[in-house]
Amino acid sequence: MSRVSESQPDGPQSGGGAPRSLTSSRPRYGERLLLGLLWLCAAVSVVITVGIIVVVFTEAIALFRIPGVSIVEFFTDTAWRPFTGPESDAFRIGVLPLLNSTLLITAIALGIAVPLGLATAIYLSEFARPRVRKTVKPILELLAGVPTVVLGYFALTFMTPLLRAIFGVEVVPIFNAMSAGIVVGILIVPTIASISEDAMSAVPRALREGAYGLGAARRQVALKIVFPAALSGIVAAIILGFGRAVGETLIVSLAAGNLPPPDIPALDPFQQVQTMTAYITQAVGGESSRGSVTFQSIFAVGALLFVLTFLVNLIALRIVRRFREEY
Amino acid sequence: MAVATPARPHEQTDRGFRAPAGDTIREKFTQLVLLLGTAVALAVLAILIVDITLDGVGGLSLDFLTNYTSRFPEETGIRAGLTGTLSLMVLVALMTFPLGVGAALYLEEFAPRNRWTRLLEANINNLAGVPSIVYGLLGLSVFVFFLGFGRSLITGALTLTALVLPVVIVASREALRAVPREIRDGGLALGGTPLQVAARQTLPAAIPAIMTGMILSLSRAIGETAPILVAGAVFSRRADNEPWNLNEAYTAIPIQIFDFVKRPQAEFQVEVASAAILVLMVLLLIMNSAAIIIRNRYSRNG
Repeated sequence: MSRVSESQPDGPQSGGGAPRSLTSSRPRYGERLLLGLLWLCAAVSVVITVGIIVVVFTEAIALFRIPGVSIVEFFTDTAWRPFTGPESDAFRIGVLPLLNSTLLITAIALGIAVPLGLATAIYLSEFARPRVRKTVKPILELLAGVPTVVLGYFALTFMTPLLRAIFGVEVVPIFNAMSAGIVVGILIVPTIASISEDAMSAVPRALREGAYGLGAARRQVALKIVFPAALSGIVAAIILGFGRAVGETLIVSLAAGNLPPPDIPALDPFQQVQTMTAYITQAVGGESSRGSVTFQSIFAVGALLFVLTFLVNLIALRIVRRFREEY
Repeated sequence: MAVATPARPHEQTDRGFRAPAGDTIREKFTQLVLLLGTAVALAVLAILIVDITLDGVGGLSLDFLTNYTSRFPEETGIRAGLTGTLSLMVLVALMTFPLGVGAALYLEEFAPRNRWTRLLEANINNLAGVPSIVYGLLGLSVFVFFLGFGRSLITGALTLTALVLPVVIVASREALRAVPREIRDGGLALGGTPLQVAARQTLPAAIPAIMTGMILSLSRAIGETAPILVAGAVFSRRADNEPWNLNEAYTAIPIQIFDFVKRPQAEFQVEVASAAILVLMVLLLIMNSAAIIIRNRYSRNG
């Protein structure tokens, strides 16, 4: 008898009553070996997760073992000047300016992506003809597939000059949070649009028909019936978009600059900033040896980034699961 | 006022109930605003493509593909990046295909429904949300230092494999799930063991869809910059990468684009960078077209 047919009474291929082997008296060792190999393949993903967690946190903790570096300062100090080394007077290792930059750009991105993404989702789900929907959705996927380095180029060579032409060269420096934020927003429009659209399409037809039966117009059904009913899915979509924006690297390191804001809270969108991800790309570029402040600080910032996005995704997945169960 | 009378209440579409067309001003206005919102994202994509093509098409030539990087914009090329990207693609494909398909087969065909399996599935979903730069940190610490591979081609390939593996697993599972139950039942009824049925019936039936998912995942991998930037790719080199020389330093087209854009000279920042972008986009377009062709050809016959 094979292990498989025993152990999964409700597995996919055994629903019709998996055959308990009638004849075999000798165990199939080869099959067991192969099954073990398949199991190992599946376990690799766990190894990757555990690897990421162990690596990022042990290397991050190593930063705070270096004399002169304090974990309290890391979370509370308001200046980020790690390159001089802890011996120097100028040395400050407060991550808040980087976090501030990341959140500033994410806020601009969501300011762009939430209205555009939701408009797209409502239009596609409630107004567009099927043929329009079938054309627009793949094009949105195409936008989602553009490499971010290309979008970074676009932000620096198209969006920034455009902003400088509109608001004036004195107001808008070459590297600024606005240009990067707008393009990050464009990047996450497909994420927000497609997940929200799924949520709205999942709203039962009966709700719409009930509203129409009461004489509602299409606009009212879309905005007052479908939108609220799909709200948890929409919130999840926005949270996932937030997670993507926080982790975005290339657009921000090409277009937003590499200067942590000197005063926080920094809210001016037309200033040069340095996000957490941009700092990581800047710091790996220099030759820094293992064990140095620069090298270990990459991982401390990475650990913060990981925790932030992990929590955000966990919340979003929870919400998605709950809204699926509702209907 | 705003309440429109249903003009065509019985109009049906493939998605079921078709709403009555509104005819008040507010109804039209709402539609217009939503349509504009939808159009913005599409317009940006169009502007992006036109802008990059206009900037870059002048810099494209055979020499651009066959020259190594140079200080002089008119002599520079992306040969190193092109060979690096193709080598990475081969290595990532060789590693993700068996691992991804094996994991998908296990989860879809054999895994018992218990807590461990649910944990595996939740884990794969969570991995897909980890920012790509974090995979670079994994590569830097584990592959470069802990395993001692240094900043070499195999480090980059392993890093990208870790990045796209969850995507490949999810796509392969969906492919397997789409195989009709009858195929499995038939194989089992003829006396095949579950493993024989999976290997000789289910998997072959799912291969076209799996290939589509693989190609799309690979196109995501070769467009990525952040993970291999952190895991030690170099900005420029004057040598080719080959998939069998695992210990050489490596670069890739996205890395070279990043380097070009960061250079102070406008020729590099605009013409050379956008020419390199065009090469990358054409490569991605070829891969995506291949995926679509495979999907269309086999979905008709299957």
